[in-house]
Amino acid sequence: MKDDILLAVRNVSLSFGGVRAITDVSFDIRKGEIRAIIGPNGAGKTSMLNVINGFYHPQEGEILFHGRARRRMKPYEAASQGIARTFQNVALFKGMSTLDNILAGRTLKMHRGFFWQTLRHGPALAEEIEHRKFCEEIIDFLEIEHIRKAPVGSLPYGLQKRVELGRALAMEPTLLLLDEPMAGMNLEEKQDMSRFIIDVNQQYGTTIALIEHDIGVVMDLSDRIVVLEYGHKIADGVPDAVKNDQKVIDAYLGVAH
Amino acid sequence: MFYREVGQFKTTYAADQAIFPIRQDRIGLAIILFAAFVLIPLLGGEFLIASVMIPFLVLALAAIGLNVLIGYTGLISLGTAAFMGVGAYACYKLSTIFPQVNVLVWIVASGFVSSAVGVVFGLPSLRIKGFYLAIATLAAQFFLQWCFVRIGWLYNHNPSGAIEVPGHTLFGIPVTGPQATPITRYYVVLVIVVVMTWFASNLVHGRIGRSWMAVRDMDIAAQLMGIKLLPAKLLAFAVSSFYAGVAGALMVFMWLGAAEPEAFNINQSFILLFMVIIGGLGSLIGSFLGAALIHVLPIIVRFLPDALGVPVGAATVEHLTFVITGALILFFLVVEPHGLAQLWRIAKQKLRVWPFPY
Repeated sequence: MKDDILLAVRNVSLSFGGVRAITDVSFDIRKGEIRAIIGPNGAGKTSMLNVINGFYHPQEGEILFHGRARRRMKPYEAASQGIARTFQNVALFKGMSTLDNILAGRTLKMHRGFFWQTLRHGPALAEEIEHRKFCEEIIDFLEIEHIRKAPVGSLPYGLQKRVELGRALAMEPTLLLLDEPMAGMNLEEKQDMSRFIIDVNQQYGTTIALIEHDIGVVMDLSDRIVVLEYGHKIADGVPDAVKNDQKVIDAYLGVAH
Repeated sequence: MFYREVGQFKTTYAADQAIFPIRQDRIGLAIILFAAFVLIPLLGGEFLIASVMIPFLVLALAAIGLNVLIGYTGLISLGTAAFMGVGAYACYKLSTIFPQVNVLVWIVASGFVSSAVGVVFGLPSLRIKGFYLAIATLAAQFFLQWCFVRIGWLYNHNPSGAIEVPGHTLFGIPVTGPQATPITRYYVVLVIVVVMTWFASNLVHGRIGRSWMAVRDMDIAAQLMGIKLLPAKLLAFAVSSFYAGVAGALMVFMWLGAAEPEAFNINQSFILLFMVIIGGLGSLIGSFLGAALIHVLPIIVRFLPDALGVPVGAATVEHLTFVITGALILFFLVVEPHGLAQLWRIAKQKLRVWPFPY
């Protein structure tokens, strides 16, 4: 049942001028799994996410989403196809409230045009309230009811990360990309976040690709792991296989020359 | 004590999503509207209506337009006065070519003309941001002002180079030109400003407003939400220039009665920018407060010595006005860099918990 491939990366190479960020990397993400991308700093993990959601265009290789190949696309096209994302350094809309941030994630689902928006009555208001209901479910799910109306700029870091996850969930994504969802968190916050990630995966059936440095978390959460080093793929497989892979151990611990 | 929402339970999301969810705010708004529609025309003298209220409302409308651009979408513009000029000249041309059509139609139509021009000058905003965009909009300011001076067709080759508003009537009552009474003009301006403020408030609280603010706060993340940057920014330019255009048309038709190209120079753009910054970026109330501070405060300062019976020479008063207004602007900015709107919010918060500190 988990064998359908949602997204496949085929021989992707990406370089910025003379710097090769990613060299000939291939892997796939199956429907409904939690896929981790790990690797030392500068391995090209975030670049990989940026390629997947259309910020960078790879010079070589292709990406198949739902079995269809795509080469160049804009980030908003990725969004409309159902790819959502959170950022390593929280990228919330700082001047807006938690609720407005999450509602902003519903932008693509709201269709009432300019005319109705200026009136804010009838269909536009009905639509607004319908989406408010959906957002309340997310707020409930992430346990952030108490900061619903608070401006996100003033929230502590852990909560900001949670709001950002909520904003991505509001898009009802088929593929959710999480860039270091637990960076800078304490143990308790990490546990909460892990719980949310598992719940999202199981309750909504969302496929998740995550980048994380906490190896313990990665081993526990993910179904399969791909390991990058200096833009090359050095390992790919289930956590136990990756953990004992000699190349991975060398990459993380260094190797005697 | 009077301002407390205790006991006002909201049982629907509709009630919670309302623009004024607190009852006291709705009462306050009703009082302000009552004062504007009934008390001021009844009790105010001609000076108050013609020289204080009409300019205040016109400038507030232009400030709302600029606020949509700067405060909500984060695009700095220095060309607001030029867009007001586009509105004024468009309204003048349209109403002299088709004098039989109701002038209110032309005031709204001139907003659309200004909107179109604004979109053209908004195109660079996809590529450039911040101060660089401000410089790009300066081009609009200088180019459009040059057009107002050099293209004779725009002012019907009037030897004075100015546009003079012909008389128009609405349902038999003169609304423009020398025959129109200040009260009539005031009502026309007031109705337009109230309706357009309501539209603006609806826009910024809905999907479109959220996508503008998303672009302002974090454009990369906004793209990932599926917001296309260019349409969002151009829509902000269009709406902003529409408001500026209508304000410009009102300024000439309802307030000044005639205008030269100099009325739309860069000084005017800067004054509007001050209003938006001092009033509060991203706040509609702030636009009104900013317009009040910059336009009404000097008038009060000018009349204060007389009212208090302090003998001061006319020239001294003129200078003092500048000094005191400037000092007050500095004072407000130092006390609250986020503008009068933020002071207003803090005051409301204090009132809510009064007599306790928090």
